[in-house]
Order: sequence, then C-alpha cells, then structure tokens
Amino acid sequence: MIAEAGLAALWLAAALALLQLFLAFAGLKGGKPDLLAAVRPAAVAQGVLTAIAFALLIALFLRSDMSVLLVATNSHSAKPWLYKFAGTWGNHEGSMLLWVTVMGVAGAAVALFERALTRATHMATLGAQAAISLGFYAFLLFSSNPFARIDPPPPDGQGLNPLLQDPGLAFHPPTLYLGYVGLSVAFSFAVGALLTRTVDAAFARAMRPWVLGAWVLLTLGITAGSYWAYYELGWGGWWFWDPVENASLMPWLAATALLHSVTVLATRDGLRAWTIMLAVVAFSMSMVGTFLVRSGILTSVHAFAVDPTRGSFILALLALYIGGALALFGWRIGSVREGAPFELVSRETALVVNNLLLSVILGIVLIGTLYPLMTEAFGHKVSVGAPYFDRIAGPLALALMLVMAVGPMMRWRRDDLVSISKRIWVPVVIAILLFTSLFALVGHHIGILPFFGLFVAILTGCASVLPLLRRKLLRTPLFTWGMVIAHLGCAVSLAGMACDSAFTVEKLVAARPGDTIQTAGWTLRFDRILPVAGDNWTALQADMTVDRGGAAVAIHPQSRFFASPPTTTTEAALLTRWNGQLYVVLGEEVEGGRWQMRIWWKPFVTLIWLGGILIALGGALALVGREKRGWLAKWRSRRALA
Amino acid sequence: MRRLFIWLPLMLLLAFVGLFASGLFRPDDRVIHSRLVGQPLPAFSLPAAASDRPPLASTQLATGKPRLLNIFASWCVPCAAEAPQLMALKQAGVEIDAIAIRDARPDVDRFLARYGNPYARIGLDARSAVQIALGSSGVPESFVIDGQGRIAYQHIGDIRADDVPMILDRLRDAQ
Repeated sequence: MIAEAGLAALWLAAALALLQLFLAFAGLKGGKPDLLAAVRPAAVAQGVLTAIAFALLIALFLRSDMSVLLVATNSHSAKPWLYKFAGTWGNHEGSMLLWVTVMGVAGAAVALFERALTRATHMATLGAQAAISLGFYAFLLFSSNPFARIDPPPPDGQGLNPLLQDPGLAFHPPTLYLGYVGLSVAFSFAVGALLTRTVDAAFARAMRPWVLGAWVLLTLGITAGSYWAYYELGWGGWWFWDPVENASLMPWLAATALLHSVTVLATRDGLRAWTIMLAVVAFSMSMVGTFLVRSGILTSVHAFAVDPTRGSFILALLALYIGGALALFGWRIGSVREGAPFELVSRETALVVNNLLLSVILGIVLIGTLYPLMTEAFGHKVSVGAPYFDRIAGPLALALMLVMAVGPMMRWRRDDLVSISKRIWVPVVIAILLFTSLFALVGHHIGILPFFGLFVAILTGCASVLPLLRRKLLRTPLFTWGMVIAHLGCAVSLAGMACDSAFTVEKLVAARPGDTIQTAGWTLRFDRILPVAGDNWTALQADMTVDRGGAAVAIHPQSRFFASPPTTTTEAALLTRWNGQLYVVLGEEVEGGRWQMRIWWKPFVTLIWLGGILIALGGALALVGREKRGWLAKWRSRRALA
Repeated sequence: MRRLFIWLPLMLLLAFVGLFASGLFRPDDRVIHSRLVGQPLPAFSLPAAASDRPPLASTQLATGKPRLLNIFASWCVPCAAEAPQLMALKQAGVEIDAIAIRDARPDVDRFLARYGNPYARIGLDARSAVQIALGSSGVPESFVIDGQGRIAYQHIGDIRADDVPMILDRLRDAQ
C-alpha cells in the first residue's frame, strides 16, 4: 500500500505541475488574474505531494519492504538503520526522487515566500519551475519508477554498496542535490525575467538569496564529498579530478560567478545580460553533471547507473530546457536595456575579472572532463588526469585569488589608481617581504605551484580581513562579515592544498607484528593483527601505537569485508593533530606474515575542509545578513500599520 | 557580430548535445588496443632474474618460431593465479620466456619453486624500463611474439583457463 500511495502522490504532483505550467502561461498570455490566482496553491500542493512521496519511500526503506524492487536491490535487513535511511537516496531512482522532491519543495517556497518580484515575473518563474519539474516527473515515472514492485519478493535484499555505508553518505548527496536544485530556482528566475523583460536590480535582489543558498549547500556538499573520498577510498588524496567530482565542481564555479555578478546587478544594476546567462549556465552545469553521473558515459570511480535510455532521457531534458532558455535568451536579450555603466578602475571591474577567470576555469574543467568523449568520437581513447587540471586551472585559480584579495578594497562605480595605491602600498610591501622570506625558507624544497599556492594563500588570507579594518566590528553589516569569512575560507583551503602537495611524507612498508616504523617524526609500533566484526561486516584490524615524542595513541586501520554485496573496503586510520593528519592504510598480507601498509603524514591537510566550511559559513552569514534587512523592514511596516 | 555572440551559447549547447548523443549511442569499447601489435619488439638485454634460468635479450625472441613472452612479478597475486595456465601452455609445447618486473632474485626463485617454472629464459627488469617500452601497464601481461620478433598479440591481465585455447590459436596464427 505504501508504495502505491507513493506512486499516486508522484502522479498527482506531476499533474499539478502540468496544471501550474498551463495556469501560469495562459494567465500571463491572456491577462487573466483568476487563472494566475491558482498558480501559487498549485505550487504549494505539488511541493507537499513530492515530500509525501519521498517520505513514503523512506518508510519503505526503513521497514525493509523487500517486495519493492528498489529496496530489494539496494538494501538489506541487517543494515544499521542509518544506512537503510541513507540508502533511500544511495541509488538512481531514489536520488532522482530526492531531486524532484527538492525541486517541488523549492517551488513551494518560491510560491510562499517570494515577495520582491513583480507579480508577472513571479508567475512566469513558477511556470518555468513547473516546466522543469514536469520533465523530471516524466523521467521518474516513465523510466525510473522508485515504487516498482517485485513479485515474488526475495527473502532479503542485495545490500548497499559498502563504500556508501558511511555517515558521510547520509549528508553528502542531499546537500549537493539541494544545491543543484537551488540553481534550478535561479534558472527559473532568469527565464521568468526574460519572459517578462524585467531584468533589474529588484529582480537581482529577489534572485540573490536563492543563489546564495544553493551556493552554500553546494560548497558544503563538495567539501563533504571531498572528505569522504579522502578517508573512505584510502588512497590519501582529496580530489581526483574524476568526472563525477568535476560534475559537482562545475555548477559551483558557475554559481560562484553568478553570486558575484548578481551582486553587481543588485547593487549597481550592471551586468544584466551576463547575469541572466550565468543563471542559465549554472543550472545547465548541474544538468550536465546529472547527465554525466547518470548515463555512465564517462568512466568514473563513481559507478552509478549505466543505462543509455536514462542517459538519453536526461540528454533530451537538457537539450529542451537549456536549449529553450538559450533560445529565449537570444531572442529577448536584445530588448533588455544595457545596465548601468562603470569605470575601468572600480569594484565592478574586479568582479568582472573574477567572473571571467571563473568562467575560464569552468571552461577548462568542462573541456578536460569531456575531452575523452570528444577524442572518442574520432576514434582515439585518451584519459585526462590531474596534471592537466593542476597545471592549467591551478595558475588561473591563483590569479583569481589575487583578484579576490584586491577586489573588496576597491570602490563601486569608479575608483582611482592614486587612492588605491595609497590604500594598498602597505599590503604590497608586506607581500614582497613575505615572498622573499617564504622563498628563502622553503623555495628550494617544493614545487613551483605549491610554493605560489602557499604565498597566495598567506597573502590573500591577510588581505581578506582588511575590509574589517577601521570599522566597528559589531556594527559591520553581517553580509560584509560573510564576504570576509568566505574569502578567508578560500585562503585557508588553498593553504591546506598547498601544504598537502608540498610537505606530505609518504611511506610504503611491509611490516610484521612487532615491527616499529619511523616516518616524519612519528614512531609507529605495529602491535598485532586481529579479526573484528561489525553490524554487517568482518574486518582484519591492525592494532598500532603511534607517538611523536609525547603520549602514545592507539590507532586501528582496517581492511573490511562486507558479505552483501561481497566487497572489501579499506578503513584508513586517521589521527588528527593541530598541524596535520597521520593517515594509515592497511593493505594485503604479503609472504612471510608481513602486511603492506601505507603511511602518510599530511601537514595542515585539514585546512582544506576547514576552509570549505568557512566559505559555506560566510555564504550563510551573507544570506542571513541580506534577508534580515527584509525581515526587519517587513516587521517595522507591519508594526506601523498596527 | 553582437547577434552572433548572443546565439553562440545555443550553438555551443547543440554541439555538446551532439557530442553527448554520439557518446551515448556509440557501442562501448572498453578493450585496450595495443599500438605495438605488428611492431618489432623494442631492443633490450636483461640480466637473469632466477638462479637456474639464463638471462633474456630481445634478439633471442626472433627464433623463427612463435613464442610467448610473459610479464610477471613474484609479488603479484594474479601472477600466482596464472601459473597453472602457463604450465598447461608449456605442456602443449609453447616456449615461454618471461620478464620479472621490479623483483629480486631470491624472491623469484621462491615464487618459481612454489608455483612452478614454465619459463625458458627470465630477464629482470628492475626499473620497469622494458615494461614501459613494451607498452605494458601492469602485471601479469603476455605477448605472443612471431618468428621474426614482432608482437602479434598483447594479453592484458592474467591468462584464465578459458583463455588457453585462444592463446594457442594466436600462437598458431603467428606462424
């Protein structure tokens, strides 16, 4: 019954989306306010129905209802409840249902809370949102029904991929999806604005919180994904330039650019066409990402559904929506007036440079990700790896960081070089001193990219807090704090990346129990190896005691075996210290009772994710800071009325 | 000009969609095709890897009769799993030479004592230099070498029991 109810809710939601689309466009076209009056209730009801459908799927997973095909193929009754729960979206159908649920709920939120848009644009936006949702409902209902039954039901399920049995999984995909789908709202706003030809500062202020929110969640999702890959895959790296990782990075890059251009539009009414274009590009990057992940078109460490019919369905949706939006853009943008002009030396210019650099980096990642596909079309097989991305995108990212250091110190509209040079001569002198002393200290030991990374990180880290200088900290607006913290987060993250690639010490040993291993100032004693058992796995565990002069600590790297499906995973032992992480992976047994072990000492590697969290925190503060003004204004006007 | 610029994103999208569609509907070929098939072996001369087998040079592989060149290592688990199939090939009259990758003589001796020794000659490639020249990316791999010392076939991964007839066919074809 639960499954059938879920399916019914999904069909109803799809019907409502169709109705919403019709009401919005017929109402706008014919100027019928009574039709338009029903758009918002339709959007809210649709959001409620998708939420019900998703809750029912969760219930099926929690109850381990093996008569449902999806549960039987992706869950197991012996799994801990958290993974039954998270298993709901650890598969193709469930994750697509999560996608439409987030989209439906976001649509309901736009219907309920959006007040800044003109009524026509608001309705057009909801119509566009319904059109997108409709495609994804069709995708779910016709090619990926999560509620399909299996008859006869199997005695037990096949289990969830053990790599995904990790608390990180419970949060990483939903956060990313929230971000992806949040960008769909920005996309709908852009389409709505194009339809009603109202691209102005008020529109940008309405769109900004959605972009900010999506961006915060994408940042968190990527940070969590990177940390998950780092500790669960056991190879000691935090970014692999894998197609699926790039699929999450590309929307983030586009959203970062959009975030900055929408600020120019909101504050100075400039960059109108560009902002609209970025909103379209950002969501198309989430769709390209979904397509790459779901079609299995590129070989990836993330082995998801490999199914050409699903791939072609998403491709058709992508062509339809993005193609439609771009055609609308080509058609209508000529009638959107030019935005406000600005001088060459101004904060706008810094933000334009930021946007250009981000776009170029986005292009580099996109080309690198798709290059194997392009050459394959001509009969050659190649793979593009980290060296390409590091060497091409790395220097540009450093340049971007430098712009980030200078931009916030420039004035809107026009600034002059004399006053800028007065403001930044102290930082420039400090930078030169920093460069020479850093070079003298480590310049000869590390690569050129890590060296510049470290230099730029320290420099921009210091520069990022300058906007707070000579201000009363408590009276500084929250969104300024948000910007400062997010920029500081970028510098912190970059410092972590540079330290990791410059100073990591790696050691590969074959050790017997009783052996002592010395590396990077640490002494590791391999005490014994013993079998241990968990909820649904057994493992070989190495008991080790490690110290670096102080008190000894016990660590337990494991090699875990899961029975269903039969898989071995490595559970690395991580020991976090203030200045880095010790990372130990237990490998296989080699002859003579020796065990392979990989040991890394990674100085300051944790800064990478700390920086990511700071960036997201900054975004959240900016969001609250901007919205608070609106709330306060509304509250005051209500009080005045009463 | 401005008009072209405005429509450029749509054209780019269409190009990408075309690319994706061609990628989706092209039959997937995940087999690695060696560019070295038909090419002569790279010249090499390696020291002996085992105590009771002579060293190996590329010139010794052009004997007028097809031979099998096996790339293995004593530290490689699939190589141990492959050993019975190599023994079966030897029983079928195939002459097999080998290159041991990043190995040490005592380890190779122990490996051969434990899993059997189907090899006529074994060269030691301590730094993988010859392996790279052969276009081999891992162990085990096997090359069918024709009588003139040209590579006729590259087998990536271990030879399974059901691969043995195929390898014998390849050796016959290389006559």
